Amino acid sequence: MSDIFEILLAANFWAAAIRIATPLIFGVLGALVCERAGVLNLGIEGIFTAGAMAGWMAVWLGAGLWGGVAVAALAGAFFGLIHAILTVPLGLSQHVSGIGVTLFATSVSYFAYRTALPDVSSPPRIVAFQPVDIPLLSDLPFVGPAFFQQTPMTFLAFALVALTAFVLYRTPLGLAIRAVGDDPSAVEAQGLSVYGLRIGAVVAGSAMMALGGAFLTMSAFDAFFFGMVNGRGWICIALTVFASWRPGKALIGALLFGAFDAFQVRLQTEVGAFIPSQVFLMLPYLLSIAALVMVARKADYPRALLTPYFRGQR
Amino acid sequence: MIRLEPRETATTTRLIAAPVIAAVAALLLAAIPIATTGTSVFEAYALMARGAFGSVFAFSEMLTRATPLILTGLAAAVAFRAKLWNIGGEGQLYAGALAAAAIGSGAIDQPPIVMIPLVIMAGALAGGMVMLGPTLLKSKLGVDEVVTTLLLNFVILLFVQMMLEGPMKDPMGMGWPQSEPIIDAAVLPKLVARMRIHGGLIMAFAAALFVYVLLKRTVWGFEIRAVGENARAARHAGIPVTATFIRVGLLSGALAGLAGVGEVAGLKGYLTADLSPGFGYAGIVVAMLAALSPIGVVFAALFIASVFVGADSMSRAAGVSNYLADLIVAMALICVLISSLFVRFKVRFVGRATGEAA
Repeated sequence: MSDIFEILLAANFWAAAIRIATPLIFGVLGALVCERAGVLNLGIEGIFTAGAMAGWMAVWLGAGLWGGVAVAALAGAFFGLIHAILTVPLGLSQHVSGIGVTLFATSVSYFAYRTALPDVSSPPRIVAFQPVDIPLLSDLPFVGPAFFQQTPMTFLAFALVALTAFVLYRTPLGLAIRAVGDDPSAVEAQGLSVYGLRIGAVVAGSAMMALGGAFLTMSAFDAFFFGMVNGRGWICIALTVFASWRPGKALIGALLFGAFDAFQVRLQTEVGAFIPSQVFLMLPYLLSIAALVMVARKADYPRALLTPYFRGQR
Repeated sequence: MIRLEPRETATTTRLIAAPVIAAVAALLLAAIPIATTGTSVFEAYALMARGAFGSVFAFSEMLTRATPLILTGLAAAVAFRAKLWNIGGEGQLYAGALAAAAIGSGAIDQPPIVMIPLVIMAGALAGGMVMLGPTLLKSKLGVDEVVTTLLLNFVILLFVQMMLEGPMKDPMGMGWPQSEPIIDAAVLPKLVARMRIHGGLIMAFAAALFVYVLLKRTVWGFEIRAVGENARAARHAGIPVTATFIRVGLLSGALAGLAGVGEVAGLKGYLTADLSPGFGYAGIVVAMLAALSPIGVVFAALFIASVFVGADSMSRAAGVSNYLADLIVAMALICVLISSLFVRFKVRFVGRATGEAA
């Protein structure tokens, strides 16, 4: 037992939890924005991969780190636009289109990486974002090293939570986005464009998702690997339901998840001799399923989620 | 503005033409990435065609590759018919493969007439059982099955890795994480001497025929289609919706499980954690290309298999990354989605004013 407390009281544990949570924060926020507008985006796993690849490659080709972040966001927006066109004006199945976008974005990323680097066995490295010390705050005992010695992308993720919450709940645009996911015909009656709002939300949400992928190659690691996204996108889809489509709860869910993941890695070194490592690796997925089951009954889905809207049709 | 007008009837010609056009469109679009590598597009496609159809050996390889795709394609098609979004074909395939390896590796030693049906049934059962949880959670608690089936893919693959590094590890495997080879009596017979093509293909054809008859000729098939078209109306009409979901889930999982049986008992002879290069996900594309028709699944699987086998062989000859195959498959899925629109709707481009007036 004392070992467990030791883990929980170490600043580096909380620092790791926040690091693990960061890509999930981007991903959940992106998924949440799409779903609030009524569009499920299962392209997320592929958009993560595309963001990771595009951001890394831009930097590798000579762009600055923030330039790489911008390229990643653009890549995400591009694949989001494909998903938006297929599902919003064309009204095709959101499930199948999303899987298609995941397959497409993943294979484009892998193909581009392999074409650019045909015979490289160890992936080339870039100089990634380094942790920044925030004056005063990072000198605080415990809290400083845990929360304020992160890379800039982590701070961007936290800022994006506040921004998304502000836009969704405090601006007319946010009101329109929430309305278009609940009752699109009411939105059209007000003279707003259902298609425009939904396409815009999916494109913006997909750009956010791609930042989660960019964090992997440009902040957490300094290279691109095949399979590096490894299901993080799907976890975000589960976390979105857990968060009841609210940015604040999304942040809490991602942090809880990060804490759990960091905890299991540390626990594994303690009891790894008795329990196979795969058991620990399974836990995040089982935990996501458990979270879905817990909130299933009271899940307050955006009412028009998955339902295509055609102008002039009820 | 674009306006979609539903068509009264979807003619058979259109139903068949749509996926063919989509497949051709995907191949044409793939010329762009091929061109970026500096390879001649014509040469690349010629190499691909030769790689898939150019010799008896190539053709046999293509059919071997199509075998699991037919089964995972059927698994997706039958579930999607009922609007049960089973995205877990990959995990169910591994569950079937795990069961086949466990039953077939000598724990039970019987003649082939007993062993082969036993291995097949064990794999189907294991695949089906994986779908039981998500289906029950969907129908009893309203938990979205897309996410649960997807997440289970990871859980099952990790479980397979755990078994292969633990209890099921082959002590003679030179340290590789693989299961003990299955006994000769449990091996699906080869169809052609010295080729890899195996009895799993017969199993896949039989499964396609079975699903066809089930959907077209039986009450269960009618219920599946009714639930897929409108679950609420089906419930009002007295169709047991929950029971139908459970049946469809079990059948879908079982079909994907059979794909795993074929790979273990027909092709490899033992289980590894890299048994499937994403057959479960490719099955979704197969099902969509086939417009969810069981017979169409066979043709769609042959197409996808020829893309994979052809691209592999082209990749070796022309040095184009074999991720091109995945790229073509993904583009085929997107193209078929778009082309399905032309089957169901007339697409009219109209002026904004008339669009508003309508």
